[in-house]
Amino acid sequence: MSTITNSIFTPETAARFDHLVTLYPVKRSALVPMLLYAQDEVGYVSDAVVAEIAQRLDLLELDVRNVLSYYSMLRTKPAGRYNVQVCTNISCMLRGGYEILDHCKHKLGIGHKEVTADGVFSLEEVECIGACCWAPAMQVNYDFHDNLTTVKVDEIIETYRAGKGKDVK
Amino acid sequence: MPTLVSHPDEVKVISRRFGQGAADIDRYLELDGYKAVQKAIAEGPDWIINVMKASGLRGRGGAGFPTGLKWSFVPKQSEKPKYVLVNGDESEPGTCKDHVIFLHDPHAIVEGTMIAGLAIGAKMGFIYLRGEYRYLLKIVEKAVADAYAKGFLGKNIFGSGIDFDIVTQSGAGAYEVGEESALMESLEGKRGVPRIKPPFPAVVGLYGGPTVINNAETIASVPHILLMGGEEYAKIGSERNGGTRLFGISGHVERPGVYELPMGYNLKKAIYDVAGGIKDGKKLKAVVPGGSSCPVLLPEEIDVGLDFDQMGKAGTMLGSGGIVVLDETVSIVEFALRTISFYQHESCGWCIPCREGTDWIKKTMTRIYNGGGNKKDAANIQYLAENMMGRTFCPLGDAAAMPTLGFIKKFRKEFEEYIEGNKAGTPIITVQQLVGAH
Repeated sequence: MSTITNSIFTPETAARFDHLVTLYPVKRSALVPMLLYAQDEVGYVSDAVVAEIAQRLDLLELDVRNVLSYYSMLRTKPAGRYNVQVCTNISCMLRGGYEILDHCKHKLGIGHKEVTADGVFSLEEVECIGACCWAPAMQVNYDFHDNLTTVKVDEIIETYRAGKGKDVK
Repeated sequence: MPTLVSHPDEVKVISRRFGQGAADIDRYLELDGYKAVQKAIAEGPDWIINVMKASGLRGRGGAGFPTGLKWSFVPKQSEKPKYVLVNGDESEPGTCKDHVIFLHDPHAIVEGTMIAGLAIGAKMGFIYLRGEYRYLLKIVEKAVADAYAKGFLGKNIFGSGIDFDIVTQSGAGAYEVGEESALMESLEGKRGVPRIKPPFPAVVGLYGGPTVINNAETIASVPHILLMGGEEYAKIGSERNGGTRLFGISGHVERPGVYELPMGYNLKKAIYDVAGGIKDGKKLKAVVPGGSSCPVLLPEEIDVGLDFDQMGKAGTMLGSGGIVVLDETVSIVEFALRTISFYQHESCGWCIPCREGTDWIKKTMTRIYNGGGNKKDAANIQYLAENMMGRTFCPLGDAAAMPTLGFIKKFRKEFEEYIEGNKAGTPIITVQQLVGAH
């Protein structure tokens, strides 16, 4: 049973959050992961997400927003169902990261932090994702795709478009 | 999925269990898993710290602080609970070594955390992974859950009468959180901005309690060191630099990958022998030897041993062990601009020299790269970078200034060629892309 009545989250996520706050010496420690997990479910950190998380952690909504605005993975607007994040930092750049980004822009018809009209894909240029030795690399949601070529990117995007892509949450 | 690489010069200590299914707890147990923690319980905290001191292990996050010494700073008696904090917020561009550890040997992290806890008398440990590493977080979460299920974690671990708990934590995207005090802020549910030091975490850390914070690779080394003995481990490395290290070699090499080499291994050999030399038979232009914050080395400067002291003498740093290799086609101005763009993006804004310095250097470099540079721009960049050094709460300001100074001093001519309108090299990215990126 969730401690919050009328939770906006699924019962599983609500139960997970109930558990999460018990793990730490201080409840607030659950804030950053909770925002990310909420975003995974809702698609972005909506006003309702902020309100419920504030309530769960006995914080002001302002406290939550203050933290929310700091972390680059957290967003306050919906992204595509599959958020394509292309790394262009040094190791990827040296092995064609910008070509991969350009290719994605062209293929999806969208730019940095934009969403396709059907809402299936969004695109983001991101900083180092820790896949330097397998560059160039990108993530689709949380899944890593590395040693990329434009051909490989096409295959990956088509796999997701067909709803057959892996989607770790 | 990261491909595993191998080379005869490797000395496999931390990577001993890679590729052997050790993420499974039963397999890990077959491979000497959880033996080190039982030995640690039997021998006691002073023994652990002495072994760690003898091992010469120095912090693998980049600062190179001796681990045993760090642990010994934690007061024995404390009113507030003590904590162990594992820094898996791996975000330094060019660095992907912890990625491989989490993937292949997550129990080594769990076991190392327990041993650190025993050494300092903590009852709780946190393993913090960057938010992007979700699939790895799941692997570590499973490792922790399996360790609980076997009774290795929780109450009375291995019949010792000691309780120890581990909580895994996800970040949500912030390079700055890799800095130890910012990581503690993040773990307390706040913006990841640094704290002023002193007090140091060993005295006042997480929730105000004495805290040991170690890089994931450092922690993963601990069980191996306890099993093989401190002196044996120290012998593998070079003077004052014990053991081995995971070096991630990326960029323009034939065989990029994460290789475990003894400390002090020659950088030139690492690039030409281990990683197979420069890609497509091109010439070497420069090496960024330990993640993007380390000052660049010229081809004639790379005949140097990969340890903290020798790299320091060479005017750079061992850093995070992420060796980024640049071939002759790279425009240093472009590369330097991409590097400072990263630090400008990641500066948390807490300290003015870093917030303003990174921004102005980026703007000036953009102007140079665009072909609209002023004669004084190169000198101005140097002036800005020099005035950031040592003037910020955390090392991000230095991390941005140091590589900038390296590029601007060693490749001054190339900057001037841009300023004078005679571009060098073959640009691999266009100005619009770079400027529009952030």
